Amino acid sequence: MVTLCAMAHSALADVALTIGYLQVAQPRPPTLSNLDPPPEDLGVAGALTGLQDNLTTGKFLNHNYVLEPVTVPEGDDPLTAATALLAQTPYLVLDAPAPVLSAIADLPQAQGAILFNTSASDTVLRDTACRANLLHTLPSDAMRTDALAQLFVQKRWSELVMISGTYPADVVYATAMRASLAKFGLKLKAEKTWAFDADMRRTAAQEIPLFTQDFGDYDALIIADEVDDFGRYILYNTWEARPNVGSEGLSALTWSPVIEQWGAAQLQSRFAEQHARPMGSQDYAAWAAVRALGEAVTRTDAADPATLRAYLLSDAFELAGFKGRPLTFRAWNGQLRQPIALAHPRALVAQAPLEGFLHQRNELDTLGLDQPESRCEAF
Amino acid sequence: MRTLLLLCALSAPAMAGEIWVTNEKDDTVSVIDTQTLEVIQTYDTGERPRGITFSKDYSRLYICASDSDAVQVMDPNTGEILHDLPSGEDPEQFVLHPDDRHLYIANEDDAITTVVDTQTRKVVAQIDVGVEPEGMAVSPDGKIAITTSETTNMAHWIDTETHALFANTLVDSRPRHAEFVKDGTQLWVSSEIGGTITVFDVADQSEVAKISFEVQGVHPDRVQPVGFEFTSGDTHAFVALGPSNHVAVVNAESFEVEDYILVGRRVWHMAFNEDRSQLFTTNGVSGDVTVIDVARREPIKSIKVGRFPWGAALRP
Repeated sequence: MVTLCAMAHSALADVALTIGYLQVAQPRPPTLSNLDPPPEDLGVAGALTGLQDNLTTGKFLNHNYVLEPVTVPEGDDPLTAATALLAQTPYLVLDAPAPVLSAIADLPQAQGAILFNTSASDTVLRDTACRANLLHTLPSDAMRTDALAQLFVQKRWSELVMISGTYPADVVYATAMRASLAKFGLKLKAEKTWAFDADMRRTAAQEIPLFTQDFGDYDALIIADEVDDFGRYILYNTWEARPNVGSEGLSALTWSPVIEQWGAAQLQSRFAEQHARPMGSQDYAAWAAVRALGEAVTRTDAADPATLRAYLLSDAFELAGFKGRPLTFRAWNGQLRQPIALAHPRALVAQAPLEGFLHQRNELDTLGLDQPESRCEAF
Repeated sequence: MRTLLLLCALSAPAMAGEIWVTNEKDDTVSVIDTQTLEVIQTYDTGERPRGITFSKDYSRLYICASDSDAVQVMDPNTGEILHDLPSGEDPEQFVLHPDDRHLYIANEDDAITTVVDTQTRKVVAQIDVGVEPEGMAVSPDGKIAITTSETTNMAHWIDTETHALFANTLVDSRPRHAEFVKDGTQLWVSSEIGGTITVFDVADQSEVAKISFEVQGVHPDRVQPVGFEFTSGDTHAFVALGPSNHVAVVNAESFEVEDYILVGRRVWHMAFNEDRSQLFTTNGVSGDVTVIDVARREPIKSIKVGRFPWGAALRP
């Protein structure tokens, strides 16, 4: 038996994979409340948990993994840091805004590399601005707003109104929401822009009823406040007593501490034990990127980017991502297919794709850019 | 004559047995009478009971109380918890060695398999395995123990003499359950997310077959094999297919799927009655147990139990 073991091991090559984690610090816009600041290690903590999972598996196969985290302070050049990291490894997990991601992907040193976007939900990165070397483990805005639109259809909430912030992320989210409503045959009855400059911690109760009064009657109020500025003050202060959805209230999320089904409780407790806080969406995206690489190495026994990229984009690849279905990459734009949680801070309400939203290939493709819609030509 | 035969068939399970079911989110076990098909007792357990098995003489019931971090020992005649065994953290599933003495326990949060002596109540060994160990099996001769790890996607082969791993074999995503069959010559491992069962030749750990499933009207992603059990003589396997709400009947010779039986929602584990004429499946989401007539391959009754029934074990 022992001999067999030795033989089994020697049949496998020793494989070592270095994964670079590049965090480009971004200034955060001022918000009305200082509650819930994002954790300093958002993202990289997920990558570290993914690394641990890979290492545990790798020790049975003589596969080793190293994570090389690099932070670019505000004002420093992210491309210099990315170039330096690419000199060490072709595998980068990136936490950066969309324009920086595109610039890194366009570096000569990044050609043939495998880069993971774990931070930018801009749909355009999966569309006209896609790059062949840039995969996305974070869902696009379109995937999340499609998930909510499915819920509106299922619940027959057809009279919808929206309040949007003015930060770029809010505008991009609101745009995705309008497109999702059109995709699922819905439309907005009315829209307002959040333009207050008062401190809502004192005046929400007085201002918001008036601000929402002229919406008239509606089924649900959509809040586009992706920077976490004003949304929290809308809830329970509206003129009409109606559900609030979107960035606040019932949200479409990549990941949430309230997910416990599909074995997720194990990932949650593993993460919380390691990092002393709950796991967030960006943590999950980074975890999925590192695990996807690990899965590709485990199955191919290889560590070169061409082999791993081909495997990741093939039908053979599947990641068990604690969302109840295998996760796979869309071969036309590099987006990781995944269910989207519809949750409030206390519980999971539903998981999209919702029942009845069918697709000829994979129900997960009812969320986000499907092949005929995507204008990505790099793949 | 025909009537007589039928009567005989009906009265066959006259020596009524019991199916014991753990209710993961009620912290109880439900006891079902195999003759009346009714719940006759409900006993309190520790937190989040999952794996469940009896000692050889059925005088002791072992329960994995996952969130209590203990294996509890219950007197099945009274429902009294006699004592806890040390189990390592978060015991999910376990298997009793043929020596009737050692429990091999999967510690899901710790990537460890713990071996506990039920007599001395001491931990004998802890073995490093892959991430999220779950499925547990011991060969009939007691020489090999298996742990499957859900995130590492392997079956880990443990030499029970040395408590060392002697092989690690990859399977498809999220392996959940393992069983030795045909006198220990084959090992079957189900992969929930991969949607397959891998059959290994135990002699050299080589893959003999891979079984796939296809339920009409259900997307392949939702056809997720979990628990399975074998009919008399290991001729057929009944395989729980999770959220597809079906149990598959697999021919264990040809590895072909012969039937699909509709059961409750998110079917997880199962146990046969004493003569294996009836199969009891735990349906987590619908909170019930489906009774299947094994010969006719039809569901005959749903029995309401506690919330999220998980494991099942027979006491004749």
